[in-house]
Amino acid sequence: MNLLVLLRMVADVVEELEVAPDGKSLDRHLIRMIPSEWDEFALEQALLLKERYGGKVTVAALEAPEVDDALYTALARGADRAVKIAGLEPGTPTSVAAESLARLLADGHGLMPADLILAGTQAIDDLDGLLAPILAVRLELPYVGIVTRVTVEDGLAKVTREYPRGVRGDFEVRLPAILGVQSAEKPPRYVPLSKVRAVMKSQQIETLEAPAVETAAPVAIAELVKPVAAGQAEMLEGGPEEVARKIVALLSERGLL
Amino acid sequence: MAVGMTSAAAPTCDITLQNLAQFPEGRRIWTCIQCGTCVGTCPYGDTMEYPPRRMIAMLRAGLIEQVFKSESLLNCVACYACMAKCPRDIALTDVLLPLMKEQALLHDIELPGELQRALQNTLRYGNPMGESSRKRAAWIKTVDVPVRIFSEDSRPADVLWIVECYPAYYPRGQDAARATARLMHALGIDFAVLGNEEKCIGECGRLTWEPGLYETLIDYNLAILARYRFERIVTGCPHAYNAMLLRYPHYGFRYRVQHTVELLCENLDRLKPLLRRKLDYAVTFHDSCCVGRRHGHYEEPRRLLGAIPGVKLVEMAHNRVNSLCCGGGGGGMWLDTYYKLKGYERLSERRVKEAVATGADVLVVACDYEVSRFEDALKVLGYDKRMVVRDITELLAEALET
Repeated sequence: MNLLVLLRMVADVVEELEVAPDGKSLDRHLIRMIPSEWDEFALEQALLLKERYGGKVTVAALEAPEVDDALYTALARGADRAVKIAGLEPGTPTSVAAESLARLLADGHGLMPADLILAGTQAIDDLDGLLAPILAVRLELPYVGIVTRVTVEDGLAKVTREYPRGVRGDFEVRLPAILGVQSAEKPPRYVPLSKVRAVMKSQQIETLEAPAVETAAPVAIAELVKPVAAGQAEMLEGGPEEVARKIVALLSERGLL
Repeated sequence: MAVGMTSAAAPTCDITLQNLAQFPEGRRIWTCIQCGTCVGTCPYGDTMEYPPRRMIAMLRAGLIEQVFKSESLLNCVACYACMAKCPRDIALTDVLLPLMKEQALLHDIELPGELQRALQNTLRYGNPMGESSRKRAAWIKTVDVPVRIFSEDSRPADVLWIVECYPAYYPRGQDAARATARLMHALGIDFAVLGNEEKCIGECGRLTWEPGLYETLIDYNLAILARYRFERIVTGCPHAYNAMLLRYPHYGFRYRVQHTVELLCENLDRLKPLLRRKLDYAVTFHDSCCVGRRHGHYEEPRRLLGAIPGVKLVEMAHNRVNSLCCGGGGGGMWLDTYYKLKGYERLSERRVKEAVATGADVLVVACDYEVSRFEDALKVLGYDKRMVVRDITELLAEALET
């Protein structure tokens, strides 16, 4: 089974985020990049599928700061091949990146054919989770998002999709297909750094050039601003007992008790 | 015995499970008489499928691979109790157990998520809690004495103070950082810190699960240390202290290292007249595994406590070499949920029961893990009205104030 995982780097929100002078993007000098959490689950799910059914896992990531570390870590965790896609600026709108990726994948480059393409179902800079569905449309492949479970049998993937209120839906999808992964069966595995270091010496990251796309993003960022404190919070003063009494009084006064 | 351990040489970093026989520490393992003292003294010995004695038996029988797959190693809190009591003087905690942990991880033992995150955070942010590395020096703004940061003023200093993660980030840990700064300032000690350039020293017990991470931190820390000039390093973190005494020398580290209690005790003649405020506390002191049991500094903290007017020291049943581990070493700091799931008693709870039994009001510690561990344990057991936990520097700084 050929499994392709799409990994993207996003801003690490542990560090302070600042708006760049253009007022429309994050200050790239200040941010650090980290693999998107959902993509890490996509990789874990792919590795579990490989362990169960055999095959090969390829990880492809758009070039970004610290992406090499993420790709070497993916190799150390058990991926077979790591590909870096160069030529798209960090911060490229998802729709444009998806368009470019679709053309790259359509040309094969050893990334296709893949039986399953797995990507995170969303990312902190793509909360709508557009990447995988756009790719699916362009590549004319079936797509299921918010996936929490995958098994494969006779050219069919059986996947579980999450819905609000704890509802789950089971789907059968013919392969090849694209999945937006919400979580894997297990948390992403830990890989000792000595293994990552060994991989850095023994394995290579390949680089592919992203095809240029002329289409402009249909939606553009007009302004990016930090949240402004609205000053509507009421601070309760006093010791713990006193504050607790005030909270109880407030709640009952507003009919919440 | 601990006194013997003080003089024991740092174990070499070239030793592996395969080449044990080439090194004296390795050959000693073969002299094990299978007495089981290690199991009896181990705080989690009863929970281990393979306690040290059986581990050695398996090693000698050529069956060590089986041990890697067991969860026994997760229950080792690197407290040095087995090593201190071993009649054959086998370097269990310094050599055998770290090598076993390393191998278990390479054999894909599943690390509990909490510990994984701590390791990943330490690599990425230089601290296990996953706080921004750019906020490491933020606590300095909250102290009322000057604290020099080397990157802003690189004149040579007498003391380079390695603050370490918990005093830098953990809100209750910062109390000890502020107290240490006040004490050094009051003594006129010329000190500086690394500020945001500081990263976890890489506690030996925890990170020998992970030699790659450990070596990455050593490379980074040695490069930063080489930038500045100072006479000695002082830290309040027993784990950093132990790592710098035992592991760092193998990577070219040649600095003199002191724990805060050593530095303060060395200055006791000058410190004592400054301790003017009478503190009417009955206190009991918890010896840390690394500074106490491993390096034998039992008397310095007791002399410091004796110098505070009004303070009365009551000893716990287990003190000095027999001290009971707080359960935070060897990665235990990030395994509490795992131990709880397994139904084990938390070692910090075992320890505070003994502390409360002394009738003391204050449990005094000299380890940056313990304030959080023991405060939690007191709350869990419902003793938090009867006893408080204070770092020894907090008590000394309190006595400074008039």
